[in-house]
Amino acid sequence: MSNLIFPMRLRCVISCFLLLTTGIPAYGQQTLEVTRPADSTQTIPVHISGLTGQAASAVKFDLEIQGFDVVEEENAQYLVRGTSQGNVEGRLIHKGSGETLISKSYKGGSLRMQAHAFSDEIVLTTTGIGGIASTLIAFKADPGKAKEVYVSDYDGYNAVQVTQDNTIAAAPQWVPGQKQLVYTSYLRNNPDIYIHNLLTGERRIIARYSGSNISPSVSPDGKKVAMILSKEGSPDLFVANIDGSNLVQLTQTRESESSPCWSPDGTQICFVSRMSGRPALYTISPTGGPLRNIRTAGISNPTEPCWSPDGKTIAFTALMKGFNICTVPAEGGTAEVLVGGEDPSWAPNSRTLIFTSRRENKRVLSLLDVPTKRVKDVHQLSMSCSQPSWAR
Amino acid sequence: MGNQLRRPTYIILISNMKVATFNQIMVLGLLVVLVATGCVNKRREGVTPLPGREPGIVGSQGPNEAMPPREASGGGRLGSDSGVEGSNLPVNEEGNIANAPLPLFENRPVDYETFEEHTVYFDFDSSVVNTTEVWKIRAVADYLQNAPGNDLVIEGHCDERGTEEYNRALGERRAQAVREFLSNLGISPARIRTMSYGEDDPAVEGTTEAAYAKNRRAVFGLLFPAQE
Repeated sequence: MSNLIFPMRLRCVISCFLLLTTGIPAYGQQTLEVTRPADSTQTIPVHISGLTGQAASAVKFDLEIQGFDVVEEENAQYLVRGTSQGNVEGRLIHKGSGETLISKSYKGGSLRMQAHAFSDEIVLTTTGIGGIASTLIAFKADPGKAKEVYVSDYDGYNAVQVTQDNTIAAAPQWVPGQKQLVYTSYLRNNPDIYIHNLLTGERRIIARYSGSNISPSVSPDGKKVAMILSKEGSPDLFVANIDGSNLVQLTQTRESESSPCWSPDGTQICFVSRMSGRPALYTISPTGGPLRNIRTAGISNPTEPCWSPDGKTIAFTALMKGFNICTVPAEGGTAEVLVGGEDPSWAPNSRTLIFTSRRENKRVLSLLDVPTKRVKDVHQLSMSCSQPSWAR
Repeated sequence: MGNQLRRPTYIILISNMKVATFNQIMVLGLLVVLVATGCVNKRREGVTPLPGREPGIVGSQGPNEAMPPREASGGGRLGSDSGVEGSNLPVNEEGNIANAPLPLFENRPVDYETFEEHTVYFDFDSSVVNTTEVWKIRAVADYLQNAPGNDLVIEGHCDERGTEEYNRALGERRAQAVREFLSNLGISPARIRTMSYGEDDPAVEGTTEAAYAKNRRAVFGLLFPAQE
């Protein structure tokens, strides 16, 4: 993954965005040459001091999962200095040159959210890529007998239960750019697809056909939804408007299709089909047309694909001996096993994945930094959790 | 979209030709077994199976074409040449039988006990109806033939060795395979509802082969007339 040096104008736009989200004036941003590692598989050593409690643990977690090593001062390339008495104040210093790259005081929101804003700033300044510490995830969890949809911070904090259907609610996916989810719920004694506005609490059914209505995935522009419907006698890929109207059937096979996801430019839907006798990845245009097989050379039985926001990579689960998180170039090619686990979802940075791990008696969500292969469990969630979806 | 249909002229890349050959060998072997045991020749009086489809042989063979986009509310050939009474559900070129509308099945009491011993079990990662399970489906068909006011729901399930949405689709394909089998035995597919629970509702907890085998199943529920 290349490290881009953001032009000055874009830095101003990003600074203004952060201003709006953190509510404090931005200062201290100069045009600086910052040494970035040429290779994102190399970790960046930082030393953290001054921060305490939740702020300290949040910043440490955020940085460690994004390719940083928290080390002793003498081994650090950058120094993170801050205080968190009442609110977070932080500085980032380039140790070699002694220059202060960030000097900010944060207010508004919680101490954790301020700490996340600070670590986002650190990541952006040192790598040129936006940080993910302030993002949200949706997932399925087992609070008891039922399975419900939840939303939380990407690190599992501040979890909110979205459904109280007391049955099975599954496979949540975000409507891109909006605080809305689509998911399947068995509330009305059938797997139906809902769209749920998290701000108003309103939800509507967008697919309730005879058979199973499952695996919804919303297009990048938020206007269309891909789904697997079995109404025509076999689980097939369909596309409709986001309100469920204008339903169009895209596949018609003797075997099942499953798990659609969209390319970030909205021109293709990637999905799994067993039409060849075992699961394989295919793409098709949302307006219909020829199928294209996405080769995953070296890896068999790909399922549950997820297309990276930068369009370059498809992450998926291979059903081999156990489950394995894999990636393949989006046009197909040689696939690579990253780590044991299933059901990956890309962060907006196209670098971090969240996925599910099965443990002895429950499932847990885990985060993977793809270039460094570092994994961190989302320990904060104590329930059995699976099917994570990262908000874009 | 309107009424425009695009002529299908696509070529599907089949990623693993060895699998297709293996499937053909398995299908031939199964055919030999069925003919030898006489299963193929057992037909109900007056019922013709859907053309090209023998009970017990269900699987993917041959190229599967991408469907040209069309309105999903109609189209396809009617299954009227099947001799099945009362079925006017569209059957597409692949042999998939469309589902009857959901409202026909709503608000109806379900009895899972009548067919408790007739749960159909499947092989790993498969929706093929095994010959060992056929007697159960025949028994359900016999019952339904004599109970015209009742209908059926088939619920498909999986063991946990697939990913969750993959399993949700596979469970549905299992339920629909059993529905097709019943249709071939003369039960109108309009009487049969399907749904899938994927791996979310196992019959047996555990990580042993025995537990997994008990979870790969299609469960029958007898539907009574709708209550007001």
